[in-house]
Parts: sequence; structure tokens; C-alpha cells
Amino acid sequence: MTARRPATVLAGILLAAAAGSVPAATGAIATEGDAGRGKEIYARCGACHSLDYDRVGPHHCGLFGRRAGSVEGFEYSKAMKNSKLVWNSETLDRFIADPLKTVPGTRMGYAGIPDARERADLLAYLRASNDGPECSQMSAPRR
Amino acid sequence: MKHAIRPTGIAIAADDRRSFLRRSGLVLSGSAIALLAGRESLARDEAEGAAKTSDIDILNTALGAELEAIAAYQVGAESGLLQKPVLSLAVTFQGHHRQHADLLAKTVAKLGGKPVEPRSKYDFPVARLKNQADVLRFAAGLEQGAVSAYLGAVPVFGNRDLAKAAASILGDEAMHWAILRNALGEVPVPSAFVS
Ligand code: HEC
Repeated sequence: MTARRPATVLAGILLAAAAGSVPAATGAIATEGDAGRGKEIYARCGACHSLDYDRVGPHHCGLFGRRAGSVEGFEYSKAMKNSKLVWNSETLDRFIADPLKTVPGTRMGYAGIPDARERADLLAYLRASNDGPECSQMSAPRR
Repeated sequence: MKHAIRPTGIAIAADDRRSFLRRSGLVLSGSAIALLAGRESLARDEAEGAAKTSDIDILNTALGAELEAIAAYQVGAESGLLQKPVLSLAVTFQGHHRQHADLLAKTVAKLGGKPVEPRSKYDFPVARLKNQADVLRFAAGLEQGAVSAYLGAVPVFGNRDLAKAAASILGDEAMHWAILRNALGEVPVPSAFVS
């Protein structure tokens, strides 16, 4: 894992440079995110997740305040179910930065988003979309 | 509003795949075989325990997404919304996803795992698909997501050959994405990097 770090960091810097943004060198949580940019970043999750229906990954409507691994009818890994995490800005930021390190054994086989700014934008989008049309039209009760 | 739909072609596709895999141990396309050529000892090469379990999970998650993409293209093809040149494009791309799924399923089995099966029903936002552009945009979104998903899988595989195979699939899906964007009249290649 440690041996791969420099490459991951380099990729983050390259991508951030390509996006014209300054990479957050400290990895500190950026609090104010831009939901508009976050929507574009959410496209990276689009092979497995949707806001309002379960796919390879669970739906994201109602995510904030939800216990990890608690969407009814979705088959989670034991690791996720037993993680005892409750999703909020802090836990989501940690999970999305490095899913496999934050919840070892998770089935979300994804390296994560190393750039704190991008994570803040993504979380701003997820928070805003919870009040958007897709989530308010969800037939199942939001969790 | 979303609808749960039972894409009729899917069951057939799944059966095809199973009989396809049953017929012989090695029924993958030439290129797929080349991806894992000389890797008959893949299972033994793998580090024991956690790394191997994790690789199986990553492959199975990718397999689940590929199976969903096959079903999504089936819905698109049967929607009646796609006109001729675009329709054959969709069928071709669906065929690629089938080959990806075959390779992934076979690799999971080779590693001693149990490949995930296609679901009996998928939720797709069909109510939001009203014309050809909607279907193309939906497919483009899936392909873009798939590129990102494989990009996110490459660095977390324990086995470098699996990372290579994922990268090979990533390249194919990036081409699908570009063609679909082009069909929509969008800039086909929006940036120098995928993310
Ligand atoms: C390759 C498919 C894949 C990709 C790409 C992916 N995820 Fe996931 N995600 C999953 C799976 C599978 C789970 C369930 C994990 C488990 O049970 O261990 C999951 C779980 C989650 C959870 C926990 C949800 C809950 O109900 O507890 C969150 C949050 C999440 N993903 C966010 C994201 C975000 C944000 C992205 C994009 C940056 C993303 N995921 C990309 C497959 C994926």
C-alpha cells in the first residue's frame, strides 16, 4: 500500500491540475463545497450508484444521518454492516478518500478521491440532491 | 418516478452466457485469452488470504456493473427509440460488455470465487427516457461511470495482471463513451485525463 502512495498522490495532482484547481496538500477537510462541481464528480460513481435506486451499490438519497450498511434489501458486505459508521460529512469524507482503508473488506473496490476539494464538492452535491427532485420523488421511504 | 422493469432479453443473455461457459473451459475471445495468457497459475500466484479475497470482491463488483450495463443496453435496444445506425452501435457495445462480463466471471471462478449472477430484475429510470438522445445520454453516463470505476479499481488490485485486464476494459469503455458523446453532438473527448 505504502509503495503505491506516491503514484496516487501524483495522479491526484495531475487531475487537479487538469481541472485548474489547486490540490489540497494537507488533505484537510474542505468544508465549503460547490454542488455544481460535485455533480460532475458524482459521475465517477455512476457505474454503481444512483441517487434514487439501488444498483451494484446502494442509493444515496437519505445518506446523511443513515447508519452504514442499513438500506433494507441491499446486500452489503459484512465489513460495511459491521462498520458502526454513521454517515455524516466527516465519515463520508474519510470513506470517499480511501474506501478500502476506512472500511477494510468493503465490496466497494474503488481507490477513492484523494483531493479534499473534490470530496467537499461531491458531499455538497450529495447533500443538496437530497432535497432535489430525484430524492423527493423516491417511492420507497428515504432512509 | 422509476419503474422496475423486467428486460425480456436478459434471461436469454444470461442463459447464453452460462451455456457459453459450460461448453468448454476456454471460450473467451482471442483478445480476452491474451489478457490472461500464461496466467493459468493465477490462482496459485495470488497472495493468500485478504489480497485474494479483495481481488475477487473487486472483480465481482465490476461484474455486477457489467451485467447491469448489458441489461441497460437491452432496454435501450428494445425501447423503439433508437434509429438504425445508433441501434447497431448499441448492440455492438452490448456485445463488448458481454465479453467483459465473461472474462470477469471466468477470472472470479479461476480465483476460487463465485461469480455474481445477473439480477432477475433491474431498476432503470425508464420514465426519464423519452427519445433517442435520452437513451444515448443514459448510456453515456453508464460508460463514463464505468471508466471511472475501472480507473478506481486499477490501483487497488493486489494482482498486477488483473489491473492490466481492468485497464484494457477501461480503454474499451472510454471509446464507447466518446462515440456516444459524439452521437449526442457533444465534444467526444472532453479532457486530456479521465477521472
Ligand atoms: C465499482 C462500483 C462502485 C463505485 C465506482 C462506487 N461505489 Fe460506492 N459502493 C459500492 C458498493 C458495492 C457498496 C456497498 C459496499 C459494501 O457493502 O461493502 C458501496 C457503498 C457506498 C457507500 C455506503 C452506503 C451505505 O448505504 O452505507 C457510500 C457512501 C458510497 N458507496 C459512496 C460512493 C461514492 C461517493 C462513489 C463515487 C466517488 C462511489 N461510492 C463509487 C460500489 C461502488
